[in-house]
Amino acid sequence: MMLQTDIMAILPELILFFGAMGLLMVGVFNTSNLSRPISWGAIIILLVAATVVLFQPGQAYFAFNGALLMNDFTALMKAMTFIAVAGSLVLSHDFMHQEKIERFEYPVLVLLASCGMSIMISANDLIAVYMGLELQSLALYVVASINRDSVRSTEAGLKYFVLGALSSGMLLYGVSLIYGFSGTVNFQELASLGFTGNDIGLIFGMVFLMAGLAFKISAVPFHMWTPDVYEGAPTPVTAFLAVAPKLAAMALFMRAVITIFPQAQDAWQQIIIFMSLASMALGALAAIGQQSIKRLMAYSSIGHIGFALVGFAAIAGENSAEGVSGVIIYIIIYAIMTLGTFACILSMRRSQGMVENIDDLSGLSQTRPFMAFCLAVFMFSMAGIPPLAGFFGKFYVFRAAINAELYTLAVLGVLTSVIGAYYYLRIVKIMYLDAPDDEVNLPMPRNLSLLAGASTFLMLLFFIYPKPLVTVVDNAADAFLGVDVQPGYVHYQGTPK
Amino acid sequence: MTLASFAFYMFATVTVASALMVISARNPVHSVLFLILTFFNSAGIFLLLGAEFLALLLVIVYVGAVAVLFLFVVMMLDIDFVELNEGFLQYLPVGALVGLVLLTELIMVLGGSAIAPDMIAGGPKATTDDMTNAEALGRVLYTDYVFFFQTAGAILLVAMVGAIVLTLQKRDNPKRQSVAAQNARRRDESVEVVKVKPGQGL
Amino acid sequence: MYEAIVFLPLLGAFIAGVFGPIIGARASTYVTSGFMVLVAILSAVAFAKVAIYEGPKTITILEWIHSGNFEADWKLRIDTLTAIMLVVVNGVSCLVHIYSIGYMSHDPHQPRFFAYLSLFTFAMLMLVTADNFLQLFFGWEGVGLASYLLIGFWFKKPSANAAAIKAFVVNRVGDFGLILGIGAIFFTVGSIHFDDVFAAAPALAEGNFVFLGQIVPILPTICLLLFMGAMGKSAQFLLHTWLPDAMEGPTPVSALIHAATMVTAGVFLVARCSPLFELAPSAMTVVVIFGAITAFFAATVGLVQNDIKRVIAYSTCSQLGYMFVALGVGAYQVAIFHLFTHAFFKALLFLGAGSLIHAVDNEQDMTKMGGLREMIPFTWLFMLIGTLALTGFPFMAGYFSKDAIIEAAFAAHNPAHMFAFTLLVVSALFTSFYSWRLMFMTFHGKTRLTNDQLSRIHESPMVMLIPLLLLSVGAVAAGFAFKSLFIGDGQAGFWASSIFTAVDNHILHDLHDVPKLVKFSPLIMMVTGFVLAWYYYIARPDLPAVVAREHELLYRFLVKKWYFDELYHFIFVRPAKWLARLFWKGGDGFIIDGFGPDGIASTVLNVTRNVVRLQSGFVYHYAFAMLLGVAGLISWFMLGGGK
Repeated sequence: MMLQTDIMAILPELILFFGAMGLLMVGVFNTSNLSRPISWGAIIILLVAATVVLFQPGQAYFAFNGALLMNDFTALMKAMTFIAVAGSLVLSHDFMHQEKIERFEYPVLVLLASCGMSIMISANDLIAVYMGLELQSLALYVVASINRDSVRSTEAGLKYFVLGALSSGMLLYGVSLIYGFSGTVNFQELASLGFTGNDIGLIFGMVFLMAGLAFKISAVPFHMWTPDVYEGAPTPVTAFLAVAPKLAAMALFMRAVITIFPQAQDAWQQIIIFMSLASMALGALAAIGQQSIKRLMAYSSIGHIGFALVGFAAIAGENSAEGVSGVIIYIIIYAIMTLGTFACILSMRRSQGMVENIDDLSGLSQTRPFMAFCLAVFMFSMAGIPPLAGFFGKFYVFRAAINAELYTLAVLGVLTSVIGAYYYLRIVKIMYLDAPDDEVNLPMPRNLSLLAGASTFLMLLFFIYPKPLVTVVDNAADAFLGVDVQPGYVHYQGTPK
Repeated sequence: MTLASFAFYMFATVTVASALMVISARNPVHSVLFLILTFFNSAGIFLLLGAEFLALLLVIVYVGAVAVLFLFVVMMLDIDFVELNEGFLQYLPVGALVGLVLLTELIMVLGGSAIAPDMIAGGPKATTDDMTNAEALGRVLYTDYVFFFQTAGAILLVAMVGAIVLTLQKRDNPKRQSVAAQNARRRDESVEVVKVKPGQGL
Repeated sequence: MYEAIVFLPLLGAFIAGVFGPIIGARASTYVTSGFMVLVAILSAVAFAKVAIYEGPKTITILEWIHSGNFEADWKLRIDTLTAIMLVVVNGVSCLVHIYSIGYMSHDPHQPRFFAYLSLFTFAMLMLVTADNFLQLFFGWEGVGLASYLLIGFWFKKPSANAAAIKAFVVNRVGDFGLILGIGAIFFTVGSIHFDDVFAAAPALAEGNFVFLGQIVPILPTICLLLFMGAMGKSAQFLLHTWLPDAMEGPTPVSALIHAATMVTAGVFLVARCSPLFELAPSAMTVVVIFGAITAFFAATVGLVQNDIKRVIAYSTCSQLGYMFVALGVGAYQVAIFHLFTHAFFKALLFLGAGSLIHAVDNEQDMTKMGGLREMIPFTWLFMLIGTLALTGFPFMAGYFSKDAIIEAAFAAHNPAHMFAFTLLVVSALFTSFYSWRLMFMTFHGKTRLTNDQLSRIHESPMVMLIPLLLLSVGAVAAGFAFKSLFIGDGQAGFWASSIFTAVDNHILHDLHDVPKLVKFSPLIMMVTGFVLAWYYYIARPDLPAVVAREHELLYRFLVKKWYFDELYHFIFVRPAKWLARLFWKGGDGFIIDGFGPDGIASTVLNVTRNVVRLQSGFVYHYAFAMLLGVAGLISWFMLGGGK
């Protein structure tokens, strides 16, 4: 009976895992190149998993002796992650085909990584955290260097791997400190011990744990890999790296820190504020100097993570729900607009091949007006200009920060977003005001234009009809707080007999 | 207890010292050998804790398999490690400083647990009275921790797939053994007897 | 019908302005002029209906602003006063449109010109049909804008641009007062609808409010602020400097905007607000004083000007002074009557002058004219009619209205009425003198034109002469025909509620009972002026130069227009320029740009360069950064920063 509950709880993960295995078998035993059908198969599997997630029971429950937690929050984040992964797979077909790096293992690895993300999101004890994280990361290291004949791609993968290993080491060190000081790895048991900021040993563990997790969301100062990996990896892989792992890691980051250390809020809040400020500032400043649009997106994602962390820092006291929903809304909107932007970046194709310099966009409004329009919408949205969705993302996190009385953070955040607006608007300027050069962009592939169009539509729609998202997110935030922060919630005791 | 303490400090000191040598040795083969030494001493610490299964696992798997594999790889790759290590000294002062700061702080905090054991809320228990290590592990590995176990399997699968993806070179016409063709071969098809006169060549 | 009257000109402006380049110049002119003819006819019908047969009415067009207790709607308030203004505005505008077809026929930008003209007409109609102060202000600013555009119509001429800007800026000073006045009204009454405000006037007359620690009576303050607006628009003394310069615009513009309609907006405003002014005697006195000084001042300056359009411009200024005196002594009806007649003969004069200028190759300097009577007889005839009407020749238009003002000034009980009366009588002499001087210098005596100009001199085409003819009919008959209606015994019924007169205001009755000498004084002045002008410019043409030399100081004073431009330049323009330069170079350039955008931008770029350099590409740098991060955070908590 209990096993059945457990199996039902991890049904999405099982679907992903066995789906991946099945696709792997199909790929291995077929001599002809089936990578495109396999990729579509992976997309279908992801969408099925997302559907299953959404049909799982609404109330919170634990699985595998409290190793995993399922509630509205995890369901929302999982579904969004799966959809984002599916989106990034859609982006990859044409590129992989044209660059001749079409390999059936790519969708398989992506599926396995999604499985890891799913575990990360649900993780309710520190072992599960590590397992999920490694499952995801290992797959990511490989896909980053999937173009193994390119020096840049392999270098990216290697750097990612080495630094990722270091961050895993830090995470593990933190986990062992926490375990050593508490004797348990379960989130609720840890929470019930009521650690405060005075338990300096625990705080050390927390710092290392947060460092390991911050690496995954590329928050400053654990961000250094991001630009190199984003630039080196094949562009669809960059799109994948920029979106789905961020959703999962952000969910895990929030759950781990807030659940384990509800009493030590003073301590972790300071770390989050520091990371948030540093990320926002670095994201804004460093992006200005970039020529490659992929590098620019790397810094942009660092900056966006900084803004999301503003909401995270505001998860305190009575207004916690506001902070949680702020982060979720921000990260979801970030995911949508980043996917759309990458759809446009992947369409920067000329007769001699892909281009990725910002200057190659000049005069795009005349040669490819639809693409220019979509990209302009994304840029405006990223810059946080109303009435686009990006503005509301920023609005929610800053409102949460103001209500949590984090005035300095809010003010500095708004200032950095002003600086950040510069480079987003520069792209718009280049597209709309500069003269086109002689080379003309090839037309957008159908997949990409559909995806870009859909994302643009969502960017515009949020202003008109925000209710569905806001309602869902508010539910998720309530679930997040209702289950996790209150100590003493019923959970499974270990029953080995 | 004094003997146990003595053994612990000996193993611990050697572990730390050899770990230091792993990263500072000039010759990579030496590094791997020091790594093996580290593993052995860690196994010793596990033994002191009563976790003999883990200790042996460490020796067999890490020393016997992983480290030896490392050794092969390092010896087979012709890498100029001297060149790689060139930047080492340049950054040593800063790195050492940061490391020292971190170390001091960790000692100050974690040392506190020795002075005030109460800080540790409920320490883990290494042994149970009525069953062996292996049995205890076996009891939980496929029950309580089946999920983690399977996930670890998935991770290994990813590692395998990844290794293949990144290294397997597919040839268009790989040479395969064809037993039938081998058996069907006759001497006169493949060998030609040529008479060679001395000093003339062909 | 009323909607058509107001919005057809807007439609015309839209068609000519937006589609002008497509449909061509000819079509643009015909469309706008055609609309104006229609509108003029409708206006006449409206006048008959509203003023004589049916009485006032209000038409709601749209809701505009409803915010808190602030309400303003688009409404057309059509009463006798508005109806008169409709006739004046649309009549003159229609004739000017037609006249311009001939006058502007060689201009490459005709659609733009006609679009502006129609736009102006629309704005003016918005102004006169306003039902609340905000709509009035909308029209007020609209005519200001159109005036700016039309003065600067030949935008390639620097002087035209300068004049346009000057007109706009000087008007802005007046508008400042007007908007303050409207604000004060809303502050005290809580509404800006005319009916509400006028109903509240008696209460306001009692009230005071505290401003900067001073106790200020409400009603006179409001009236003076409104009058300040009127002064700007109607070029009253101190704010008059823009009007002569505005003659840089095309002559039809001068006729329409700067003689017949826009400049009378101030008069209209005061007449419209008669319920307020009537209860604020102190404000009335100010109006009288300013009106009288303007009338006198402008007349003196007009004596010595040589530019034909400037003479007429100063004459306009002077006549506006007359109207304000009439307003100030409570004879609103007389003021409007003069406004009505003045529109005809001043438009006639301007358009006649335009015809003259057209004939002599855009020459405007009267000293280079002379003897043109035989060459352009029709123009001479129309100018003569205009001059007679202006100077108040018996039974011409000006005779009834202007003389009534002088009599009213005498009969009034205002403290400043004798001051005003004296100045007005003297001004009447000057008016006669400069008017006849103009006639004599241009049409009579020996010609001073070059042979080249003489060879190309020609009478204007019919399309220009017919409007002149119609205007001359007005200039001859308007006074005679409408005297009894406007200021006769039946005036109270005619004006109905559109003009309010206090119970003790019997000025319209009293002005008939002034002494004979007063009654004849304008006539005497007119004859004297005529004789003097004849003596100076026909009998002894050498004399003016001699007189000018003998009274050099006075002459220069007048030629330099009382040194107002120089004075303003010294008091306002130079300090303003200095201050602006200070703010520009010091404030904006140095402080704001230096520390603001430019400074921040360069700092950002510097920081960016360094941040980008951090990204070295070496893995161990990256790893080290991570370690540093952890070590930093740990040390922070270690050192107690976490508390």
